[in-house]
Amino acid sequence: MANGLMDRIAGLGRGGLETLASLGRASIFLWGALVGVPKPGVGLRLLLAQIYAIGVLSLAIVVVSGLFIGMVLALQGYTILSDFGSESAIGQMIALTLLRELGPVVTALLFAGRAGSALTAEIGLMKTTEQLSSMEMMGVDPLRRVIAPRLLAGFISMPVLALIFSVVGIWGGMLVGVEWLGVFEGSYWGNMQASVTFSKDVINGIIKSLVFGFVCTWIAVYQGYDCVPTSAGISSATTKTVVYSSLAVLGLDFVLTAVMFGSF
Amino acid sequence: MRDRCDHPGWRRGRSLVADMSDRSYISLDNVVFTRGQRRIFDGVTLSIPRGRITAIMGPSGTGKTTLLRLIGGQLKPDSGSIRVDGNDVPGLGRKALYTLRERMGMLFQSGALFTDLSVFENVAFPLRVHTPLPDDMIRDIVLMKLEAVGLRGARDLMPAELSGGMTRRVALARTIALDPELIMYDEPFAGQDPIAMGVLVKLIRELNTTMGLTSVLVSHDVPESLSIAHYACIIADGRIIGEGTPDELRNHPSERVQQFLHGQPDGPVPFHYPAPDPDSDWGGLAPEEVPGG
Amino acid sequence: MAKRTTEIVVGLFILAGGAALLFLALQVSGLTFKPAGDTYKVYAYFNDAGGLAPRGRVSMAGVTVGRIRDVSLDQETFQAKVVIDIEARVDSIPADSSAIIRTSGLLGEQYIDISPGADMESLSDGDTFYETQSALNLERMISNFASGQAAD
Repeated sequence: MANGLMDRIAGLGRGGLETLASLGRASIFLWGALVGVPKPGVGLRLLLAQIYAIGVLSLAIVVVSGLFIGMVLALQGYTILSDFGSESAIGQMIALTLLRELGPVVTALLFAGRAGSALTAEIGLMKTTEQLSSMEMMGVDPLRRVIAPRLLAGFISMPVLALIFSVVGIWGGMLVGVEWLGVFEGSYWGNMQASVTFSKDVINGIIKSLVFGFVCTWIAVYQGYDCVPTSAGISSATTKTVVYSSLAVLGLDFVLTAVMFGSF
Repeated sequence: MRDRCDHPGWRRGRSLVADMSDRSYISLDNVVFTRGQRRIFDGVTLSIPRGRITAIMGPSGTGKTTLLRLIGGQLKPDSGSIRVDGNDVPGLGRKALYTLRERMGMLFQSGALFTDLSVFENVAFPLRVHTPLPDDMIRDIVLMKLEAVGLRGARDLMPAELSGGMTRRVALARTIALDPELIMYDEPFAGQDPIAMGVLVKLIRELNTTMGLTSVLVSHDVPESLSIAHYACIIADGRIIGEGTPDELRNHPSERVQQFLHGQPDGPVPFHYPAPDPDSDWGGLAPEEVPGG
Repeated sequence: MAKRTTEIVVGLFILAGGAALLFLALQVSGLTFKPAGDTYKVYAYFNDAGGLAPRGRVSMAGVTVGRIRDVSLDQETFQAKVVIDIEARVDSIPADSSAIIRTSGLLGEQYIDISPGADMESLSDGDTFYETQSALNLERMISNFASGQAAD
């Protein structure tokens, strides 16, 4: 009995140490990728290719999701707000929900599923097929050549995607609220403008998505780089990327929201 | 940029002046390396002569590839020294290590071509990264290297369109793109058909004689390796069990060396993986305790 | 060729992000780039500022004439001190006008309504409203009514 308990405590300790070690490895890895920037000309070319792969190719899913979420918000908001006779406030409700929460968070979750998993699989496969090793042996640091541009591309792409998501969502909300449910267009925009503060709502949303972009890409490239070089290893690393990114985004969102909008 | 004047005679001459007694290009001294709980190398001492082909042979899973990674500085030993052309590899800083690696080439078992680049771009990659050469000059060099491996016509193919043997030849062309002093071949013959194997044997030998480079060959294909190596050694159980010229090895007194060279199924290395006693295993009852191997 | 396409598409992508930001700034948060200095500051003290917030609306006869800049507590009088920016073109608000906190609709935002007085002099930069009327507190009114005390 006591033995079993001791075993469990020891297991807990081991697990804790392993988590710490893995966090340490991830941080060293991050440091290695960030300190060295490739030659400006080459680096920019690599970065553009990655923004294309990570950002532009995620645009379709982000736009479609943004549109539908905006439309659903309008429908739901209308039914709730019309009970109080204030359905003209849906503009304000949609804009604030999207800018503060759903824009950054849903974009980050989509990003983790669409781009993050692809990043992990790509880097994991490069590791499995010894491409990273051979790069190292050619005197090229894969952290700088492969990882750094991807990290930076994720960092740049996420806020752009989140902004587009919010705009499309607000437009989708207008489509349903104004065109379909008959809310007066002037009050849709007017209420929105009266309640949305650029420096608070828009900027804080952008800060959130910068943080999410950084964390999601970091998790994705690290999981790929650290994966067990087998097909099972890649698949488990890809799963981890999506799970860890989603949890990190939701957890960080709470913390960031508390810091930004909470009243202390 | 480093001095590109690597005429083999010049280098050999210089290093003879620098160190008359040491003709070895790579020397390992009492290297110990463990991975997790497993001790891969338990005091390996080895010297690899300059300008020659050295074959390192041994059964699968004895860490031959690990040895190459130690030489390339991708792994660090627990103890012992590894010197490449006088440089203490584990002790080198990042920058010095990457500079040293520009003088090394490694041919990976899988070829490790960059799957998103064409054959031409794969070979051009090290040139583009490490040299400021203009595009037309890079083109000439790349075509020359591809010509050397007989694949000048395949320059526009993607790696996915190549056969296993061609993949390895393209990888070889990429490895020699920067005219290295040392090439490490990781299992170059594994899984190749006889013709591809013959082509690779010919290429390795030719490259060694024409470019005067030092070659290290890790393999478990005994006849091919012994046919081109000037010097060979056999690793098993974390240490070197036999070394010498191919002829010396063929007449080696050790039973284990003979078992490996002739591929006998049973001998000092048992056919059976350690298992419980057959009588107790077939009795229908699961053994209470598995005897430790 | 393909490289060029990538560059252009990425350029468009970033541009779309910029356009989205601009849209959020202008259309959604109603930010305007007016040169500074075309407003003047007046103060108003309220016993209860209710739900007034910076950037809230200040209107006269239903027309927006300014915005709330800041709401803070005056440590001496324990009243809410509200700083208001009035547009410079509205320069003839009588000095004895009163500032009243009103609510747009039943549940809407609170805003300040300026009820004009009759003085010949007008408010100018740095002046304070002589008379104010605090936010209508629905809860307090109901509890007063229920306990039988007439509102004074």
